[in-house]
Order: sequence, then structure tokens, then C-alpha cells
Amino acid sequence: MSTQLKPPVNKKDHIQGDPDAPIELLEYGDYQCPHCGRAYPIIKNIQKRLGKKLKFAFRNFPLTEIHPDAFNAAVAAEAAGQQKKFWEMHDIIFEHQRLLATENILMYAKETGLNMAEFSRDIQSDVFLNKVEDDIESGIRSGVNGTPSFYVNGKKYNGSWEEEEFVNFLSQLLVRI
Amino acid sequence: MLSVGIAAPDFELNSTPDQKLALSDLKGKKVILAFYPADFSPVCGDQMTLYNETLRFFKKHNAELLGISVDSKWCHLAFSQSRNFHFPLLSDFEPKGKISKMYGAYDEREGESQRALFVIDEEGIIRWSYLSPVGINPGAEGILEALEKLDAIKMH
Repeated sequence: MSTQLKPPVNKKDHIQGDPDAPIELLEYGDYQCPHCGRAYPIIKNIQKRLGKKLKFAFRNFPLTEIHPDAFNAAVAAEAAGQQKKFWEMHDIIFEHQRLLATENILMYAKETGLNMAEFSRDIQSDVFLNKVEDDIESGIRSGVNGTPSFYVNGKKYNGSWEEEEFVNFLSQLLVRI
Repeated sequence: MLSVGIAAPDFELNSTPDQKLALSDLKGKKVILAFYPADFSPVCGDQMTLYNETLRFFKKHNAELLGISVDSKWCHLAFSQSRNFHFPLLSDFEPKGKISKMYGAYDEREGESQRALFVIDEEGIIRWSYLSPVGINPGAEGILEALEKLDAIKMH
């Protein structure tokens, strides 16, 4: 079974941190998935602890049949990305993942300071819907088998993502680099 | 496990409390048989929940997915409704595990099906198989690659 990230992290991805960081962490996540919600602050802490040594990227993998609002939330974050506010939207959605109906999403967009006319148009655009679909397909080809699924430097990570275990794993990688 | 290249043995199992489905009913289509240990494993990492999302990719290759476990038809119904599945779950319940055993995908110690995948072509021949460690959801990529290869061979 595939354990390689396909395609590798590229300019279509949303990336946080130093682009030249030695460690690249990518998450396939679902905004309505409770496990992803629990992973969200853990990733934030890991980013703080590893600082410039880590870059983090996020791709969408909404499980639409069990999480009816997940796909729209993913599109909303992508649409916010058009106004350079992907991460602000990503964060506010994860921080309110139990409230993801359209009216909630619009409220978060407003709080994030998005141009609402543009945002309302963009969430209905095929461009962002296709981006989410492309993420899902890349996830399947990369061997995503649940959410969250993590890839470290392009390889699927099957270990624990509890903060200490994950930081230990990543730090050991740094020693070897 | 039954090996690649042989004809997939036919069977008939309950797909709902009052309906049965035979493998031979699907002749002319590719069939993915996904044996799995038990209904109601943890949600977000669940294999059947993942395949429910990847069905549209399977359908592009004229492939139907059948999930099979030893759970009863009523248990399957509840599982299917709770996860909104759009493919049948077959109940290998009585005699318990008969079809799983026939395919070499039964764990005698646990009394459950193993996590085994088969891709069967339009003529009913097994063309790909994979046995996953029981605790690991194998994802959908292997199935998709097998389906793509089958279609690529046909084009030549």
C-alpha cells in the first residue's frame, strides 16, 4: 500500500512556516472530524516547539457522508485562501467545529475580516470545490486511511500524534538530518 | 487467500434483512470484495466509511463494492444507516464465516473475517488481492491502482 505523498507538497498547498525547514508535516484533515479537532491544538504546539525547523501544510479530506458540513467548511477555507486568509479561516473553523452550518461559516468569514461579497461568490465557485476534490483524490492515492492522516517529509506517518510522541519522532528525525 | 487468476467462487448472502445478493448477479461489472472484521469500529479511521467516500472513484472503473463481515443482517442495517453507506454490506452469518473461509479470509481464533481485499474482473476472475494486518485500515489506493491497471490492459 502506498505510503508516499502524491503529489508532493507544492505551490497549490497552503503552507505555514519556513519553506526551507528540514521537516515538512502535512495533514489530511476533515473540519468536522472530532479527532482532527483534537489534533488541531497539538499541531499548534508542535509548530511552536519546533519553530523554524518545521513547515506545516494542510489538505482537505472531508468524510462527507458522516460529516455533512465538512465539505462546505473545506470550500470556505479554500475560498478564504483567495483573500490570503486560509489559515485564519482554518483556525476559526477548527475552533468552532460543532457549529459549521452556512450561517456560522458566514459569521466566521466576517470575523476573519474577509470581503464578504467576494467570499459569498467564491464559496459557490467550482475553482474551490475542485481544489477540495483534488485534495481528496490525492489523499486516496497517498493511502489516506482515516482522518487525520499525517505525512512527514512525504512519507505516511503511522505513529502516535499525541504531542510528546510526535515531537519525539520529529526531533529524532532532526538529529539524523 | 484465494489466488489471483482463478475464478471467484460464487456465493449468495443477505444484503438487507429481506434481500439476497449473489456475486453472479454482478457479472459484467468489476467487483471489489472487502472482507472486514466487525461493524462499528471507530468512526474516522473506519475502512468502510472511507470506501463510502471513494465509491465514485471505483464507479468510474465500472466497479461495485461489497463489504462482507460475519455480523448479522440487522447489525449491518444499523451500521449502514448510521454511516449512510451507499453500497451493500453482506452478512456472512450462517453458517458463520462460510464465504470468508472459502476465500481464505477468516480468522479462526477471533471468529471474524480478516481484513482482506479482492478485485474481480467482469468475467469473474480474481485479478488482485491484499491481506491487511487486522489493525490497519489499508486505505483505497491499492484497489484503485488495481482497477486502473485492469482498464489499462483492456485498452491495449
